[in-house]
Parts: sequence; structure tokens; C-alpha cells
Amino acid sequence: MSQKFSPPDKPLTDRIRPDHAPFDVAEYERAGGYQALRKALRTMGPEEVIGMVKDAGLRGRGGAGFPTGVKWGMVPHGADAPAQKYLIANGDEMEPGTFKDRLLLEGDPHQFIEGMVIAAYAIGASVGYLFLRGEYVLAAQRCQQAIAEARQRGLLGRNIKGTGFDFELHLHTSAGRYICGEETALINSLEGKRAVPRAKPPFPTVAGLFGRPTVVNNVETICNVPHIIQFGVDWYKNLSRTANGGTKLYGVSGKVTHPGAWELPMGTTAREIIEGHAGGLRAGLRLRGFLPGGASTDFLTAEHLDTPMDYDAIAQAGSRMGTGTIIVLDDQTSLVGALRNLEHFFAQESCGWCTPCRDGLPWTEKLLAEIEAGRGQPGDLELLAQQTRLLGPGRTFCAHAPGAMEPVQSALKHFRAELDALIPDTAPAASRKVGS
Amino acid sequence: MSDKPAYIVIDGTKHPADPSRNLLEIALELGYDLPYFCWHPELGSVGACRQCAVTQYADDQDERGRIVMACMTPCQGGARFSLDDAQSAEMRRSVIEFLMTNHPHDCPVCEEGGNCHLQDMTQMTGHSYRRYRHTKRTHRNQDLGPLVAHEMNRCIACYRCVRYYRDYAGGHDLEVFGAHNHVYFGRAQDGILESPFAGNLVEVCPTGVFTDKPYGDSYTRKWDLQQAPSVCAHCAVGCNLMPGERYGRIKRVENRYHEAINGYFLCDRGRYGYAYTNDPQRPRHALSGRAEAKALEPRAALQQLADWIAEGDAIGVGSPRASLESNHALRALLGAEQFYRGESRGTCALDDLALELLRDAPVQVATLRDIENADSALVLGEDLLNTAPRLELALRQMTRNLGFELARQAHVPTWQDQSVRLLAQQQRSALFIATPATTSLDAMAQWHWRSHPDGIARLGHAVAHALDPAAPPPASGQRELMSRAGEIADTLLAAKRPLLVSGHACQSLAVLHATAAVARAYHRATGRRLHLALALPEANTLGTAMLGGATLDELCHRADAAGIRTLIVLENDLRRRLPDAQLRQLLERTERLVVIDHLPPDTPDADLLLPAATVFEATGSFVNHAGRVQRFVQTFSPEGDQRASWCWLQHTARLLDRDLGLDLDALTKDCASTHPLLSGMLQAAPAADFRLGGARIPRQPHRYSGRTAMQAHRDIHEIQPTKDPDSAFSFSMEGVTTTMDKPASAVPLVWFPRWNSPQAINKFQSEIGGPWRGGNPGIPLLHGGTDDHGDYAEPPAPSSGLQTVPLWHVFGSEELSNRSPALRERGLAGACVALHPDTADRLGLASEPLVQLEAPHLSLILPLQLRADLDPQSVGLPAGVEGLGGGLFGLAVTLRPTPEAQA
Repeated sequence: MSQKFSPPDKPLTDRIRPDHAPFDVAEYERAGGYQALRKALRTMGPEEVIGMVKDAGLRGRGGAGFPTGVKWGMVPHGADAPAQKYLIANGDEMEPGTFKDRLLLEGDPHQFIEGMVIAAYAIGASVGYLFLRGEYVLAAQRCQQAIAEARQRGLLGRNIKGTGFDFELHLHTSAGRYICGEETALINSLEGKRAVPRAKPPFPTVAGLFGRPTVVNNVETICNVPHIIQFGVDWYKNLSRTANGGTKLYGVSGKVTHPGAWELPMGTTAREIIEGHAGGLRAGLRLRGFLPGGASTDFLTAEHLDTPMDYDAIAQAGSRMGTGTIIVLDDQTSLVGALRNLEHFFAQESCGWCTPCRDGLPWTEKLLAEIEAGRGQPGDLELLAQQTRLLGPGRTFCAHAPGAMEPVQSALKHFRAELDALIPDTAPAASRKVGS
Repeated sequence: MSDKPAYIVIDGTKHPADPSRNLLEIALELGYDLPYFCWHPELGSVGACRQCAVTQYADDQDERGRIVMACMTPCQGGARFSLDDAQSAEMRRSVIEFLMTNHPHDCPVCEEGGNCHLQDMTQMTGHSYRRYRHTKRTHRNQDLGPLVAHEMNRCIACYRCVRYYRDYAGGHDLEVFGAHNHVYFGRAQDGILESPFAGNLVEVCPTGVFTDKPYGDSYTRKWDLQQAPSVCAHCAVGCNLMPGERYGRIKRVENRYHEAINGYFLCDRGRYGYAYTNDPQRPRHALSGRAEAKALEPRAALQQLADWIAEGDAIGVGSPRASLESNHALRALLGAEQFYRGESRGTCALDDLALELLRDAPVQVATLRDIENADSALVLGEDLLNTAPRLELALRQMTRNLGFELARQAHVPTWQDQSVRLLAQQQRSALFIATPATTSLDAMAQWHWRSHPDGIARLGHAVAHALDPAAPPPASGQRELMSRAGEIADTLLAAKRPLLVSGHACQSLAVLHATAAVARAYHRATGRRLHLALALPEANTLGTAMLGGATLDELCHRADAAGIRTLIVLENDLRRRLPDAQLRQLLERTERLVVIDHLPPDTPDADLLLPAATVFEATGSFVNHAGRVQRFVQTFSPEGDQRASWCWLQHTARLLDRDLGLDLDALTKDCASTHPLLSGMLQAAPAADFRLGGARIPRQPHRYSGRTAMQAHRDIHEIQPTKDPDSAFSFSMEGVTTTMDKPASAVPLVWFPRWNSPQAINKFQSEIGGPWRGGNPGIPLLHGGTDDHGDYAEPPAPSSGLQTVPLWHVFGSEELSNRSPALRERGLAGACVALHPDTADRLGLASEPLVQLEAPHLSLILPLQLRADLDPQSVGLPAGVEGLGGGLFGLAVTLRPTPEAQA
């Protein structure tokens, strides 16, 4: 019965209608959906699935870019492995400027479900959760609907399509903390505990949800899986312009002509994305810099526009690919205002567990606010620079504060002269409060 | 074998490696001053505060290194660290600077000032100049009840409080709320902290968020407190205390670390029970005459007592809440035949059996660490939270050992608290509990067995039978009983470190006999001795059993037969020991009553009352529940005439030309030579002639202030310090305080340069969480036996009648702490009779507000309380509540509606 479908160029968004109204399960199947599920569950062993995902070079789309197949392979397998394992899709898309997972979940929820079933099959999980950002009400409705349809068709639940594989998928809508994007904080939250990151080791792949082996994958990552299975490793690798395989959902926000998100070959340059797909900056504005992968990545500048947007090239340029959704800063928008706004967000979203993050981010925000208000003092920028070090990697319990400081540290690097100009030469002595 | 070097390097110096431990512990142990907040030796590491940052280098060539948290870093062989380098020093200074962005500058008015870990760490890191020029966040404080004050603005969010209160002590009503720099540690709403271990928050909190409320109400700086090592008098566990006094009042009690008894924590009964010492109603002078009592000079009072004794046939009644020395002095003064133990026949039999078990039965006497480290435990009859609270906290930790084992298997260090709990989830080491009513540990137990004392004994005997078929099984034991017993026996046999817990809670000899049967049967089955912990009711219960003497029942017989001319009652309220009628008869047959006590004279009218000193006002020894003899040293010299009971008796002896010595050491020697079992009491603490650097040990810290002014309103001359002939301590500030290697029982103040808070204890331990460098205070006298020739007792037959059982309450059952106003707010509602609702139904009492309880010589009318958690054959009566009288428990009783209700 398996009908041959020609491999798409933009597999992730191929079935998303212009108005984003999603396919129901029948439409999705008619369009070639759930073929990969049947292929994986009927003709492949779990290790074969993992092997294919490894070979395809799929890397986590949530920001860290960890090889997905490697992560799956870290889950204990075999007779001694714990009977209960979990698969969690991280759909808590709270990174400012990021809206790619929302597009996928609203536009094609069955693609996500199919990816979940295959991933669960690969790691031997019988229960999965979609941990969804609470504000994504439409995505929640559509996923809930799609899950019900899939269950009715025997694509979820017990003995999926007669293969003997059981997988139950639950939707959990988050109460709304940015830190839930951190996988161990997400797991704590899912367990009903405070959303505080956990110490590692043990890693979630060994002891995650309720202490059981757990894989947490980004929604976009999961959505790549059916296509790799269905169309193969070589096809997948060829989608990309670089060594990092596949396509990527890139997005642009900021004062550009056409903000939005597009599925493009991995390694498309920032210039093509910003100037081409987003139509460049609005009239009269010039590019000052851009955050390539969401709010918690380092600024790049116009000189980096021709950098291919993939994990390795962006890292070489001094930033992170992150979620691949670009925030553009123009020359008319206040740099320090933008920084203050970002740090306000990160300070507020600190979970409060470790000292540098909990108390250092509010200080950073307040310093920026003072500078923005014209009350900067000599030494403030040096203090900010020190904070970027003190809140850096290894100093804090998780990656929240280091990420939060990336825009600040890169602004100090690229835009130091502009920031210096905001500091009055001498601070009026009367305004200095000592010992308050 | 790994070829890793067996050492780590810290700033160029090699130290032995130990991959099972973290760098913070090791560094502190080695004497490095490495600051920390969130780590606590009992709570493990979580890496939250980031204060103990050090630099770790990959190898010899690595000059940059990277910042790691010492508390989260194992001491792997070959690891190279620096504490001195600029980047880790900057990090540690900056963490303090971050904390200080919100910490108020209220040290001068903060109760923690001078006792504050945050102050110490701030000084240590060198943060001194404030760069943060913005507003601080503020919080609303909560009323957390009479014991603990709350000042959230001071919070540095180290998470110790919730980790201690919830994870360690099992409390539910303290939480962390909110996020980012607004995290709030408190209750969902104002109200009394429910945990009877809440007072430890005062010491767990590294700054002044949680402070001691009664102390705050009558406050003195730490350095102005006069201190001496003391022992808790509020149960038999014998937790070590560090009381502080000024102006003749005990101001506060802090934990005094003891590896084998109380570790880092006390219960609130022990921490706040001292108020009876400050009670203004206490007798401060000798009183004579019944109706119109008049004060006597001490000399006249002594002469009076001596004259009466000289008349002959004076009889003494000792007490399990009085010291060994006081009991011994009374016995030595009057003669062994004239000395009675101060407890009823039933209680004495329990005490004697407990002593026999710990001395002769094939058991190992469990210390705190033995309880905590057990991998399976059986509790027969004890509701530990209410009878020996500190043991409950220990047994609660015992359930975590399976989790530690799982962590070891997963190669996760056991101090890595979060991960150990993650791996353990709800899996716990096996704990079995058999009690008449629900206990705080039921939720941690594999299962619990609800039964009356005889039923609990039957379970114990069934376990013994399952361990050793030669042990007699309980007659007509139901299948469920036998199969549960089989499961317990299998678990104990499979365990590496099995623990048996029992005691006096049921006031049942049968339960103790069953305990002995389990211990014997285990030994016969395995050749090994399990650990035994017995919860006993009073500070010197075992000590008085060791001293021996006849029972109060025998005294009553003697009074009935021949009358009593002079009855000397030592620190004993006989209303708690005897049923009212029996006591009335005893006193009627007594010509003269002499009371030596420190409690207000609401005790039976005395012809002569000698004001006794409390444990804070006199020196003496107790034997704790595990047979450890411990010295408590007088904290301060009281203003009135109160002195140690033994001291009154020594001076009386002199008037009678008898020599009991004139100081404590003389009496201790005499007691030890009279009772060979007690010979260890000589070594329990340094003798009075012990000197350090040629001087006595000062009770007052080197920063003690106001010495010349304190009494100036009475006399402008500086008053001579009182002499102390009974200990090596002086009532002054001259001498050496901080020699770490001196005997722990000679340490009046846990202080070390740069360490002003109680966390200075790190400097005094031979290893973190281990014994003091100078050894554990006190001497263990009992070690179990190897004799397993004893016979098994016969199991009790099944019974169907109603039996009275005591219901203990941590606040309210104990005599002295009951007088603490702060604890009374937390105590029992009062006397009542508790029944299972089905029992009440069956007896037609379910809707009665009051019921009449009757037994031979006993008739009480009490409010009825229905308790679904109570065994249906048990009639629960609150233990130790005033007005109920003694001799209440283990009685077969009938219950009926009150006559008014029947009419």
C-alpha cells in the first residue's frame, strides 16, 4: 500500500498550508504521513533507527546542537535497562524572538506526533509528554485534537498499528517559566516540583523524569525524524549546504520589512535570511547588529552577514546558532535600552537557585537602566564587563546566566564606543549612595 | 587498579586523595578557611550558593584552570586545585557582593550578629566596599509561632532551611515560594511551624532569617554569654547542649555537637525547655513549715535536716531526673536500706529490664550514627517523635540508606544530595513500625502494625520465632501476624546493619521481653549482634537503675506497716509516680516531709524545702538511654541559695559527722567505687583540678563585656568571681578557650579565629561529621553482652479486653519542659481519654462528651476523644499531663457514660 512520495526540499513545512490550518489525520496520511512510522516500527529495529538519525547528523534544534542520535544512544537499552523510560518534547519555546516550534505545532501537529512515536520506539519509551509553552493555546488545541485522532487510528496508545509497540503521548501546558527550556528544570516542573535545574550527573538519559531514563528533544528536532526515516540519510544530508545536515527553521524579528520564519537549507547565510527572506531593514534604518539564535546569543555585526547559519560557523564567528531565530538591532533603536530589556527578562526568569544568576542579573539590569536613564557612572562598564565574567560558564549552576550575559558581553565587545559615550565623565558626588 | 596518584594538590601542597568525598569537606578538615553557605555536613552538597569556588587545573601545564565548586568536586587522585589564586578569590568575594546586594546592613540590631556565618564569610572573602547603588528587595515577615522569629529581608537564599526542614526533618509547612531574587522562604500563611525540630532552623540558617524567638525577647550578644557544656534533661537521649547565661537567666540553648548522640541537631523540647530554670516562682531559699512557710538561712535548714536524720529512720526517695551524684549522696547519707528509687514497681521493672538488655543481651548499643546508618529497622512500640524526639530524626535518615546504595551503584557521590534523591525516588530502606497509634514515621515505613502493647509483643515474639524456631511463637497467632513477622525476619536477616528500636513508650514489660527475644533470636540465627536503641523517659532513667534501690510500692508497704518519721524526696514529684489514693495514704503515714527540688513548691506541702539547683546551676552526671555517662557542668552561679541536691546532702552529712566530701569529685569517686558498673563516670569529664596552660577553663568568652559594671547598681566594687570546686571551669574570662585537642567536655564555647558562628565546630572535629578531636564527650558504660543463654520469655496470650496505653506528646509529656511558656503554646490540649470510633460505638459512648474510666483504685471522668488511628483495644491516655496522677497504664479498664449522662 505504501505510496511513493517524492522527497521534499522543505520537509518540515511541506505540509503546512498557507493559512496554517493543519491537516487532520486523514489528510496527513494521504499526503504521505505516518509512512515513516510504519516503516520504522515494522521494518526497523530501535538500534537501526538510532543509527540512521546518528548518520544523518541531526543535531538538537533547541539551541545546544547536541547530536540527537548520540543522545538516544545514551539511554540504557537491553534486558537490564529500566522497564519505564520517557520521551519528552520540549515545546516551552520562551526564548525571546523565537517562534519556530509554534509554527510546526500549529501547522502540522501530526508530523510532530509521528516523530514522537518513532523517537519513543528508538529509545524504548512507552510514555511521552509534550511540554508546551502555556501561551501557545492554539498549538495546545491542535495538538490535543491531533493526539485524539492519532489515538483513534491506532497510531498512539497500545499496540500501535499492530506492531506490539505501546506509546502514550500526553500534552502538558507549562505554567510559564523560561527556565523550563532547560531540560532538567523542565523535568522538575513536569513532576510538579519547582522549575530548578538539576545537578548532573546523572543525566536525564540515565535518571530523568521520576528518576527513569528520559530523552528530552526539541519539537523541531522531533519533526525532522520521520523524514530522515522515510527518505534516508543521504537525502537528508544533501538538504544542507554544510556539514550539519538537514534544513532549519530560521526566523527574523526586529525592524525588518517582513519578519517571519522560513525553512531553509542548513547553512543559509545570515545575509540571505535578513536581506532576502526578511526583506532587509525597514526604510531609513541600518543594521547595527543581530543576535543570530535568540536573545541568549552574542551579537554579530554586519561584517558577519555572510556567515553560514550553522552550528560550527556561527560558533567560529563568536556567537551561537541557538534556535536559529535572528533578532535584528537597527541603528535607531537604543542599544542600551535593548540590553536593559533583555536583562530584565533574564533577571525575571532566573529560577533563584544560584547566587550569581539570582542576584547578579538584577544588578546587571539595574546598571543598564541607570545608564539608559543617563545616570551611568565611571566604572559601570567595567563592572558590567566583570559581571559577564562572574556570570559566565562554570560560575553558575546552569547555562541561564551565561546565556543571559552573551548579549551584554558581545555589546561591550562590538559597541564599546557607543556605550562609553553614554557614561557621563564624572558622576555627581551627591547622587552616590553609600551604605544604603 | 587505577594508576591515578593517591594525592590531590591544593596550592602546591599534597594531601591524600579520597574520591568518595568532596573538596570542601576535605579542605575544611585540613584547616583551610574556605567559605560556604548551602553545604551542610548533614545536608550534603547542592552547588547552589557558588561560595566555595576554587580553581581546578587540568594538569601541571594548565595555568588558567577553571572555576569549580569545591562542594561539588570529588577529590580524585591527581586533581590540582588552588584556593589562593586571583580568579577564585575574586569569585568568592563577588558571590558575597551579590548576596549583599539585598542583605540589609542591620547587623547591629540583628540577633545573629556576632554569631553569624554570613558575617564570618564576608570577612573571610574580603568584600568590604559596596558598589551596588540600587534599591534592595524587601519581604514581609511571618509570625511562625513562639519559637522561631522570621526576618526575610536578611535571606541570602542558600536553601538550607527548606532542605533541612523538608528533606531532612520531614516537615511540610516550610516552603520556598516565588522565583528570581524574590524567592521567599516561609509558610503558605502565618502560623506555628509544625515540626518539633523547627528550632534547628536557627542554627541551620547561616544568617538572621530564622532566629531564636525567646532569646530575642531577652537578648544578649553571644560574646556576653557565660557558657559551659551541658546535657539535656528532657528525655533520656542526653543530647549535648551549650546553654548561655547572663544576669542569672538562661538566655538560650544551642546545640553542642556530639557524634554519637545528637550530631548537629536538637529537638525543640531540648532547645526551649530551659525556661523552668528562669521561673520566678522557683524556690530561691529554704522554706520550713507547712501552712505558714518561712524562709530559712541555709545553715539553719541544714541543721534542721541533720537533726531530723539524727532522730533515725529517715527515708530517702531518689529520682530519675536527678543526677547520679544527688541520688548517690542521698543513698550514701541514709544507707541503702533507707533509699528508694523514686519510681513505682512497674516502672522500676521496665528500667531494670532495659538495663539488663543493654548490658547482657547479645546486642550492640546503637549510637546516633548506628541508627542513621542502619539498613533495616524494626520499631516495637515506640512513637519516637514523642518519646525520644532526636531518635526519630535519626531513624528518618535511616530510611535513606537504600538511596545512598543506589547512588553508589550509579557512581554518584553520596554527598551529592539532589542526585541521590533523584535516584532514590520513593525507594527507602526497610522500616517496620508496630505501635498502638499512628507515628510520624509511618509514611516512611514499609508498613506499620497497629496494635495494643500485648499485640506488639506478640508480633515481636513471632519475629523471634521466625528467626529462631526455638523461640516460642505467640499462641494462636493469626496467619497475618505470622506472615508479617516472617517478612520482618527475612529483612533483618538480609540486612547488613539491622536495627531494633524499643523502649518504655508502651509501659509494657511484654514489649521489652519481646524486644529481648528478637535480639536473642537474631543472634542465635546469625551469630551476629544487631543494634539496639531503647527510648527511655527521663534524663537519668538508666543511671537510677544502675544505682538500684527499692520501689515506691515497697515504700508504701513500709509506710503502711510502720509509718515513716522523715521522708526526704529528692527532685521528684510523686504525683507523677503514684495513683492519687496511694500517694495520699503514703503522706498520711509520713510524719515529716522534706523536699529537695528546684520546682515551685506546688508539690505536696513540705515541712522543709531545700531549693535545688537545676542542670544549669550545678554540675553532675546522667546516664543516657544508651548507657553513656555524661557530665553536665554548671553554667552559672545562681543568686539565691539554690545549690545541687548532692551539695545540700554533703553539708548535711558533715553536720552528722559523716564524710561525703565537699565537692563533686569526692562524690563521683565514692559513687564509682560503690557501683563498679559506674566506674566510667570518673572519666566522663576532666576533674576539677584539670588545668589548661596552668589555668582553669573560662566560662566567659574572651570578648565578655560588662564584667565590672553588671553588679554596679548594687556594689561599685567588682565582685570576686564565684569559686567552682566542682569542675575545671571558672566563672571568669581568664584562661585558654580554643585549644582544639582538649577534651570535648572541656570546651565551653565553639569558637575559632574567623569562625564566630556555630559552624566553627568544623575546626574541632577530627573529621567532618566525626568525633571531636579530643574524643566524644562521656563514657559508654554498656556494650551489650555475649550471653545468649537467657531464656525466651513466654509471649502474651491473645486478649480481648480494653487496656490503657500512654499517648505521648513531645510537648507536654515531659515534666520540666512543660513549664516553658513557649512550649506550652505548642503542647497538649489537656487530659482526655482516646478511643477508636468503633470501640466507642461498641460501648455506646460515641456521642458522649465525657466518659467514666474505672479500674481497681482508679476512677476518672475525662473528655472523650475519638481517634481512628488508635488500636481498637487500646484506651489512650495522655502521658505526663498534670492532674491525671501516676500508675495509669497497662490497666484493664471499663468505660461507661458518666453518672449524669446515665441519669
